[in-house]
Amino acid sequence: MKAKKILYSQKIAPYVFVLPFVLSLLIFWLYPLVSGIVMSFQEVSFGVTSWIGTANYQKLFRDSFFTTAVWNSVEYMALTLLLMVPIPMVLAVLMESRLTKARGVWKVIMYIPALTSVVISGLLFRLMFSEGENGQMNVIMHMLGQPSQAWLRARFTGWCALLLLCVWRWTGVNVLYYVSGLKSIDTSLYESGDIDGANAWQKFRYITLPLLKPTTVYVITISVFAGLSMFLESFMIWAGNNSPKNIGLTIVGYLYKRGIERNEMGYACAVGVVLMVIALVINFIQLVATGTFHIGKKKED
Amino acid sequence: MKKWLAMLLAGSMVLSMGTVAFAEEETESGEPTDVTTVGPDDGTHFELWSFVDLHNTFYANMVEEWNAQNPDRQIQITFSTYPFQDMHNKLMMALQAGEGAPDICDIEIGQFPNFSGENSPLYDLGEALAPYEADLVQSRLDVYSKADGTRIGVPTHVGATVMYWNAEIFEEYGLDYKSVKTWDDYTALGEQLKEASNGEVYLTSVDTGGTDWLWLSMAEYGEDYTGGPEGPVNVMLDSVKNMLTMQQQWLNDGIAMVSTDGHTDTDGCRATILDGKIASFPKAMWYMSRFKDYMPEEEGKWDITICPVWEEGQKYSVGIGGTGTVVTNECEDPALAAEWLAWAKCSPEGEAHIWNDLGFDVCNTALWSDEEFAYSEDNVYNTFFRVKPYELLNQMAEDDAIGTVYTTANSPVLNDYLCTTTLNEIFIDGMDVETALQECQDYLDMELMM
Repeated sequence: MKAKKILYSQKIAPYVFVLPFVLSLLIFWLYPLVSGIVMSFQEVSFGVTSWIGTANYQKLFRDSFFTTAVWNSVEYMALTLLLMVPIPMVLAVLMESRLTKARGVWKVIMYIPALTSVVISGLLFRLMFSEGENGQMNVIMHMLGQPSQAWLRARFTGWCALLLLCVWRWTGVNVLYYVSGLKSIDTSLYESGDIDGANAWQKFRYITLPLLKPTTVYVITISVFAGLSMFLESFMIWAGNNSPKNIGLTIVGYLYKRGIERNEMGYACAVGVVLMVIALVINFIQLVATGTFHIGKKKED
Repeated sequence: MKKWLAMLLAGSMVLSMGTVAFAEEETESGEPTDVTTVGPDDGTHFELWSFVDLHNTFYANMVEEWNAQNPDRQIQITFSTYPFQDMHNKLMMALQAGEGAPDICDIEIGQFPNFSGENSPLYDLGEALAPYEADLVQSRLDVYSKADGTRIGVPTHVGATVMYWNAEIFEEYGLDYKSVKTWDDYTALGEQLKEASNGEVYLTSVDTGGTDWLWLSMAEYGEDYTGGPEGPVNVMLDSVKNMLTMQQQWLNDGIAMVSTDGHTDTDGCRATILDGKIASFPKAMWYMSRFKDYMPEEEGKWDITICPVWEEGQKYSVGIGGTGTVVTNECEDPALAAEWLAWAKCSPEGEAHIWNDLGFDVCNTALWSDEEFAYSEDNVYNTFFRVKPYELLNQMAEDDAIGTVYTTANSPVLNDYLCTTTLNEIFIDGMDVETALQECQDYLDMELMM
């Protein structure tokens, strides 16, 4: 009887429903987070831990590999933002234009790469950009009468491959976000624009762009996280965590190298904590800059 | 139109499912690529992990032989093969967590220091190895020991470094590689080859992603940049500087090329070898199996000799690479596991399989001069090359020519910096050797001090 009462209680039921989520949050998110922060102040060796204070962090800030990794990650994030916001936005507008034929086909073609595994696509890009005579890019170079290139050894060409992989793989996904953003824009706005004599560019600039802002904020937010936490792409393109002069070393790659490859869990946790702080700071700045908090305030008024 | 679109969609889905399925097979998804169990169900059960399929085939043979010889102490082993990095990472995580590790496991030498440090969870194999210890190459046992000398890994091979020559190329141009004794001779031969082949064929390729050349040079000088088990690490050695300077000069003179994909044990570089673009290179004896497995069409073309030296009278080989097999602290009957393991890898029965099936230079030196063991025509390696490999080994044993470079707790960091940064700076960017090495030393001092 009592059990039934509890089950049917309107006060308790909501808590029962959110319980699985709260539990998974506590177990799989909060616990690792706290334990990661704790471990960053420890030395961990086969189950034996000892406190070493801030030694891991002191070492971290003098570690030139770590500096390289941070810059690589930040640069990758910045470059992907430059590529992955405007290009998909323009493509999405084209996709929604009445003038474009066979729109569904284009969308499908653009989305297909997103279905492939990063491991396979990274592997294919590695083979394509191989420095061997038979790599696809080198075959193209030969056709143009140029000598072979060691694509993945130089920073510029290596990063071209890395960014090309990113664009190839994720454009379709971002286009999808923008297409759904465009669908939510009321067509009457464009009609009134037409009546007022706005040209295509003006309609894009003053109607589409501002109304796509929520989508853009979302796309930027996930791109920041994705860019900063990139690891697998570079791991596959350079066949492991060791790229020439560390041109492909990212923060997560460095965390993996220290924690898993070198058995320095404590140090790896310190790397992870710094990554988290960087990501939080960047996102906070971005949310403030795009007025997310501001909108919230207005509604409260 | 719609039908066409639907077909395209369906097609793409099938395609992507195919790629995903394929991806899962190939990725480091944590699943073993192969699992087999050998031995009777009532035998003592062990789990064994390896990263080489052939190793597990070898162990399986040894389980069957053991069970035939020891009817009252039957064992059963489940073998799992994982991709290289995946297996080491999985083992590390399992040992860190104190749960899920196998009873017996292969660990590659470069990874070994990660497992042999403080609080090492590996079982002491001293007692099990004792019956064989006198016949084994000591330096091979030392590399799989803790700092205090406790033996924790059983070696597989010596990995003696030798010179591989594409004899067919040299014959084609009428050049004599057999008279090469020193690095000066070697360089002169390179000049001749360049001239004869119009720069088409390079004498060798230099590695940006491997340290074999440096190891060889250090062994010849009797130096060691790890400083041995006690340290300190020092890369500013004559052996290292001279080798790098000479190699840089080869590149400038067009005698050598940079190894495709970083070193000779890569698909890219094997393609270069198959194309006949490089005519020679130094590599450990285990590279013979790469010829057999990946380049069978090269049979009969290649010769093997001892390596050139800086000055006559120096050592001319060094043990490179290898796998130490360990018993972990999660094994319930470690004494039996250790006894089987030592027997499988160090006894004459086991060594015969290691040489005949795997093609490695065995650690049990008592067998090197055994006619039947070493020179049998049934062994594919004795006919694949233009020399019988154990002739070279016996010559090395006679001259005491195999030097030692240690793999210590500092080695992973050292290797990492050399292979990502220093060697690339020197060979790709043409940076001054001294400057590049000083940069490396500064990094290591900073990294290892803390």
